Amino acid sequence: MAEQKKEGLYGVMAEFVSPQTLLDAVHRAQAAGYDAIDAFTPYPVEPVSEAIEHHKRSKVPLLVLLGAIAGCSVAFFGQWWISAVDYPLNIGGRPLFSWPAFIPATFELTILFAAFAAVFGMFLLNGLPKPYHPVFNVPSFERASQDRCFLLIESRDPKFDPQATREFLAQLGPEEVHDVDW
Amino acid sequence: MATPENSSPGAAIPTYRDVEVDMDKAIIAPGHTSATVTEKISDVVFSPIEKTPKWIFGIWAIGFALVMVLIMSIAKLLFVGTGIWGLNVPVAWGFAIINLVWWIGIGHAGTLISAILLLLNQGWRTSINRFAEAMTLFAVACAVMFPLLHTGRPWLAAYWLLPYPNTMGMWPNFRSPLLWDVFAISTYGTVSLLFWYTGLVPDLATLRDRSKRRIQKIIFGVLCLGWRGSARHWHNYEKAYLLLAGLSTPLVISVHSVISFDFSVAQLPGWHATIFPPYFVAGAVFAGFAMVLILTIPVRKAFHLEDYITSRHLQNMANLMLVTGMIVSYGYAMEFFFAWYSGNPYEIFALLENRPEGPYKYQWMSLILCNFLAIQLLWFKKVRTSTTWLWIISFIVSIGMWLERFVIVVISLHRDFLPSSWDMYAGTKWDWGLYLGTIGFFLCLMFLFVRFVPMIAMFEMKLLLPEAKVQEEHHG
Repeated sequence: MAEQKKEGLYGVMAEFVSPQTLLDAVHRAQAAGYDAIDAFTPYPVEPVSEAIEHHKRSKVPLLVLLGAIAGCSVAFFGQWWISAVDYPLNIGGRPLFSWPAFIPATFELTILFAAFAAVFGMFLLNGLPKPYHPVFNVPSFERASQDRCFLLIESRDPKFDPQATREFLAQLGPEEVHDVDW
Repeated sequence: MATPENSSPGAAIPTYRDVEVDMDKAIIAPGHTSATVTEKISDVVFSPIEKTPKWIFGIWAIGFALVMVLIMSIAKLLFVGTGIWGLNVPVAWGFAIINLVWWIGIGHAGTLISAILLLLNQGWRTSINRFAEAMTLFAVACAVMFPLLHTGRPWLAAYWLLPYPNTMGMWPNFRSPLLWDVFAISTYGTVSLLFWYTGLVPDLATLRDRSKRRIQKIIFGVLCLGWRGSARHWHNYEKAYLLLAGLSTPLVISVHSVISFDFSVAQLPGWHATIFPPYFVAGAVFAGFAMVLILTIPVRKAFHLEDYITSRHLQNMANLMLVTGMIVSYGYAMEFFFAWYSGNPYEIFALLENRPEGPYKYQWMSLILCNFLAIQLLWFKKVRTSTTWLWIISFIVSIGMWLERFVIVVISLHRDFLPSSWDMYAGTKWDWGLYLGTIGFFLCLMFLFVRFVPMIAMFEMKLLLPEAKVQEEHHG
């Protein structure tokens, strides 16, 4: 998107009352060959997300796994190095590498790192925080977080033509069709 | 082709708008739409100060007064030292550990509701999860004060507790349950905060979009990180949320287990029992649900949230309280059984004689009264459906759970192996000041939260509505 001029039209957006009409509209837009589309809903609507993402799997679980492995290794090897190598303390004749005693902290750090990976990974993949976005230029878009659903066709889509796309969206049964400025 | 007429909300699915609804079963009252849910819940945040129920100011007044007591007790402690507390050998662990365990336990219901019930697909959790998670956070905040203050010099606590490279070349001892506590509680607090905030982001976006004033728009806009409800974002969001629930589930079980290790790893009669981890976890959930009920019942009435927090929610929580209470009672019985079965004279003395017949016998009897006898009333549906009764029982349970920790900590310690070192223990006014102070701190935070943050997860509530149900391959 960076190479594109940031002026004129960012896209065209249709406003729907229910997620069901939105889902049908997403299917029809994809059938019509539009690909640079996005949908906005006040709550997660799984079939819509699946359709928009072409049933690709989210990368969040992979990040969480990596986070968990990192937390587990840092904690376990860290405790081994501290207790057996750097600061060996003989406590009641117990072995220096008394690994069962290291499990609680290892477990906790595994969870901690995995949770960090889940939350920050999710925001990172979503490109957030992003205080400004062209969709906010549509006044009625404030209902996207309340009770309305939106379908956006971006102008970078090769099939995009301001007039034709507007007409296409209008026949999907929306409440209204809005132009989205940069 | 789908037109707005034939695919209007709930056209395919019958709404129960005109049907008599059994409010014992409903998790959301009939007739609600996305718009009404948004309006009702966010209006609490946006309503002018005059519209805040009057008694909330009363709670704040009490809370702030107790926070003054807290500040006073901390100041005195820092100037003089832990000698102002009632601690002495043999009872070197008193109110500080009792209150730590009590507060952490209260937090557990929040995580149970938000994580375990989510994984178990319990739709009713939605109305209360935000509220209960906030309770978790504030309870953890109160809990951590005690061990930090017990160090006497909390500004040095990081150096005693956390492993970081320092010029002295020293490291903490990883074989100690007290260090496991540090990891368990700090992880628990952090993950609870992440979970709570992640759940809050879409709702903060709703608040941003409903703000009338610029300053509110900016504050909520920053806090929601520019959330715009994109389908791509929801895709990752749902995965992350589910995984957080999956991570929190073993976490919450581990936290109170680790706290129980503080006791059960020691070789003191009355502490050294293998039943401790499960019995502590059950006790934590028990105490937590009691606190959720104590807070929910008045808040629900004050803000007219009966449509969202229905009788079914209260009954479900009462049922969970009964179940966990019975597990805890089983734990009490097993402690006695272990002592008897071990044949160890010290164990038999500590549990079978000193607990029910020793100088603290009234505390032990009150504990049984609160945690075992009082909850038996919950078998009756009349009691479970009466908010007054539920509130009273929850209050009794909260006291009972505090007594439980008192019994475990103090009764086990005060009569050492050698009668020459026996002594009695009681909290001083500074012990009580600190304890009541944290209750005030908790009340303040809780009611500020209720007033300034949407206390029910709006976007999750909308998912329960008929209009949110979509069917694949629906072509009008």
